Amino acid sequence: MSDTVLQVEQLAAGYGPAEVLFGVALVLRRGEVAALMGRNGAGKSTTLKTIMGLLPPRAGRVRLAGQDITGWAPYRIARLGLGYVPEERRIFTDLTVAENLEVGRRPAQPGREAWTPEKLFAIFPNLAEMRRRRASAMSGGEQQMLTIARTLMGNPDAVLLDEPSEGLAPVIVELMAEAVLRMKEEGIAVLLSEQNLDFAAAVADRAYVIEKGSIRFQGSMAALEADEAIRQAYLTV
Amino acid sequence: MDAGFLLVQSLSGLASASSLFIIASGLTLVFGVTRIVNFAHGSFYMLGAYMAVTVVPWLLEIERSPWLFFVGVLISAAVVGLLGVAMELLLLRRIYKVPELFQLLATFGVVLMVQDAVLKIWGPVDITGPRAPGLRHGVEIMGQRFPAYELFLICAGPAVLGALWLLMHRTRFGVLIRAATRDREMVGALGVNQAMLFTGTLFLGAFLAGLGGALQIPRVSASAQMDLSIITEVFVVTVIGGMGSVTGAFLAAVLIGQLQAFGVLVFPKITLVLVFLLMAVVLVVKPWGLLGKPEPAAGRATLPEGILHPRGFALPEKLLAALAVAAALAVPVFGDAYAVKVATEVLVFALAAFSLHFLVGNGGIVSFGHAAYFGLGAYASGLLVVRLGVPMEPALLVAPVAGAAFAFLFGFFVVRLSGIYLAMLTLAFAQIAYAVCFQWVEVTGGDNGLVGVWPSAWATSRHVYHYIVAAGAIAGIVALRHVIYAPFGATLRAARDSAPRADAIGIDVRTHQLLGFTMAGGAAGLAGGLYAFSKGSIDPTMLAIPMSVDFLAMILLGGIQTVMGAVVGAGAFHAIKDIFMPLTDYWRFLLGASIIALVLLFPRGLGGAFASVRARVAAEPARA
Ligand SMILES: Nc1ncnc2c1ncn2[C@@H]1O[C@H](COP(=O)(O)OP(=O)(O)OP(=O)(O)O)[C@@H](O)[C@H]1O
Ligand SMILES: [Mg+2]
Repeated sequence: MSDTVLQVEQLAAGYGPAEVLFGVALVLRRGEVAALMGRNGAGKSTTLKTIMGLLPPRAGRVRLAGQDITGWAPYRIARLGLGYVPEERRIFTDLTVAENLEVGRRPAQPGREAWTPEKLFAIFPNLAEMRRRRASAMSGGEQQMLTIARTLMGNPDAVLLDEPSEGLAPVIVELMAEAVLRMKEEGIAVLLSEQNLDFAAAVADRAYVIEKGSIRFQGSMAALEADEAIRQAYLTV
Repeated sequence: MDAGFLLVQSLSGLASASSLFIIASGLTLVFGVTRIVNFAHGSFYMLGAYMAVTVVPWLLEIERSPWLFFVGVLISAAVVGLLGVAMELLLLRRIYKVPELFQLLATFGVVLMVQDAVLKIWGPVDITGPRAPGLRHGVEIMGQRFPAYELFLICAGPAVLGALWLLMHRTRFGVLIRAATRDREMVGALGVNQAMLFTGTLFLGAFLAGLGGALQIPRVSASAQMDLSIITEVFVVTVIGGMGSVTGAFLAAVLIGQLQAFGVLVFPKITLVLVFLLMAVVLVVKPWGLLGKPEPAAGRATLPEGILHPRGFALPEKLLAALAVAAALAVPVFGDAYAVKVATEVLVFALAAFSLHFLVGNGGIVSFGHAAYFGLGAYASGLLVVRLGVPMEPALLVAPVAGAAFAFLFGFFVVRLSGIYLAMLTLAFAQIAYAVCFQWVEVTGGDNGLVGVWPSAWATSRHVYHYIVAAGAIAGIVALRHVIYAPFGATLRAARDSAPRADAIGIDVRTHQLLGFTMAGGAAGLAGGLYAFSKGSIDPTMLAIPMSVDFLAMILLGGIQTVMGAVVGAGAFHAIKDIFMPLTDYWRFLLGASIIALVLLFPRGLGGAFASVRARVAAEPARA
């Protein structure tokens, strides 16, 4: 299936003795935005970290662009075209905005136009004025923009985006939604972890709901919005 | 003391500071990226000097030009840089995820191997290098003559600082290094191959160490003792400056250079002590050093490191323990004089290693300077006997008191830190103690130490003295073991596993750790006192770094997760040393290689390897 970018099968993972994921399965198709919804502690971040290779999978497979990447080192997964935006942002605080972008820079695939700082500043105008500023002196919203911009500098085909709207002011949340839609426009597939149903509804085509480390629902975003019972059971309203 | 004299004094302080900074910058860069404190950095420095005394004269044969001198220096540094690459590829790469203690030990293994390699290649005689053509004259400064080469060195430090700044801010490699210093996992998730980054960093770090060494050759001759003497100073510089901070290292080097230059005028004997005092004060006020940042939480190894749930002895273990005690007591009856000597030493080291294990395995306090308390106990007893004519019995009683007193004093500072900073501070204190014993010749006999530390008349026979040692060592081990099983021991384990949590449930972590440190110091002091009388002498090797490493190797060999592992490890280590050391000229090489092998193959020690084999055997039928 050539339109599948990322395919996760029966993924299990955990921390030390704690088992967190029990057979998570999901797919991400080319150019779509899929939301991974669930409450605090449901296992959203753990799923994304395991896909990215930051946490060793204990069972299951992960396929990216047709290749089996289970157990690969994160840098190889990134080089194959998967971007990762962590929930804690993990900006390099000692570096300037421009230097943070430089760390993320990787060449684009042949025939594709590469992301440049200028292109990214057009999406995130706030960043343009603070190129030389140290990332430690930025607000939470600005850091969130920077972490997305940094990942896009790697010219990924797909991006794992961990709770981009968390803890941000409504104006900034809107900007994030625009950014996600812009990525979709550029043909980047996005797997988004979210608790905020409104945000997910604004950007996502399809949704997965995860609870206690298993997928409990999958379907179109509209179907999730319509399903009162699922929302009551697995999402905090 | 006129102004000119003071100026020249200050300038020579700056010249030393420059050299120190060039070396320290390499260590701090490597630490920043890899989080490994590389003991072998001092070996790289030494190799830089040896390379230079080999390469530079050869180049100067061609033409006596200043340029060729510096070409030779750079070639030497580059060769050392490549050795750094080899070390990364062969060793460091395999130990990024193991606990700090193992990393320190493994890199110390390299120190030992390099020492023997240097002796083999360049021989035991110091080699004096050529002086730099064009910089051999003196310069008149306010009526004082000052060597031109020293002026050159004063400029070299800031030049290296500037070059490093450009590298770090104007090149992609430098930006990646700075990013990795804060969060190397994230750098990987962005597609950067960390392996390449780490290899590159090791090249740079080793290059700087080699450069520092090569630049020294007009000032000091290359000798096989350069490595350990520089590494302590460099540790101090990086710790004061803040581990990972190049600018901090520069500040600290200037500070220490000046302190030494003027300290030598006021207290000529104790300049080293001044330096370490500065370090202790800085660490208490700013635990991460002048410009350091708290350790990033991400990427820290989280292996279980130490005793988990101490079980009491089951019947077979009780029998084994009884057998071991019986064997220790029976040696004088059945063994010859040599066997008695070895058995006595094994008992001494078992007590010392067990006291360290009490700290490391049970308390998570990774002391890299435990020999200090052992040695201070030995010196306390020895000095009382030799200098004041005190008889053995009271002198022996003073040994644990001295060990505990100094452990309390040093521990007061030590328990305020954790992780690698704690290890470095314990090392620094041990080096203070070493420096005092080494430099205070009138009292301690300096390098040669003192002889005539003999037991009282009734105990002069090896056999009788063996029983004294047995009584002391077994009593000490049993007492400490009791503490491990007591609530106090459990509290130390709780503090080890999560200091914040222990704090939160109302445990005063620092006070408990200080008490634990004092107890361990007391036991080590007793071991030291017993050792002094068994040898009849004291000397500074008893509190030198290699002795501390021997103790660590013993507990590593025994396995730090098993309570009695240290005792087994001490016996095994001492036996191996006693058998193999006389057989080979390359004992240190062998020891270094063994330590590395131990870290790579059996990180849980012989005890751990045994336990896992047993677990596998036990699991076998279940799987079938
Ligand atoms: N580093 C860790 N060590 C141990 N347990 C962890 C760790 N990180 C997460 N967990 C546990 O794993 C489970 C899933 O956590 P995860 O972070 O994946 O949840 P999440 O869905 O992302 O929640 P949130 O919305 O709060 O970000 C939780 O029970 C959490 O306590
Ligand atoms: Mg999360």
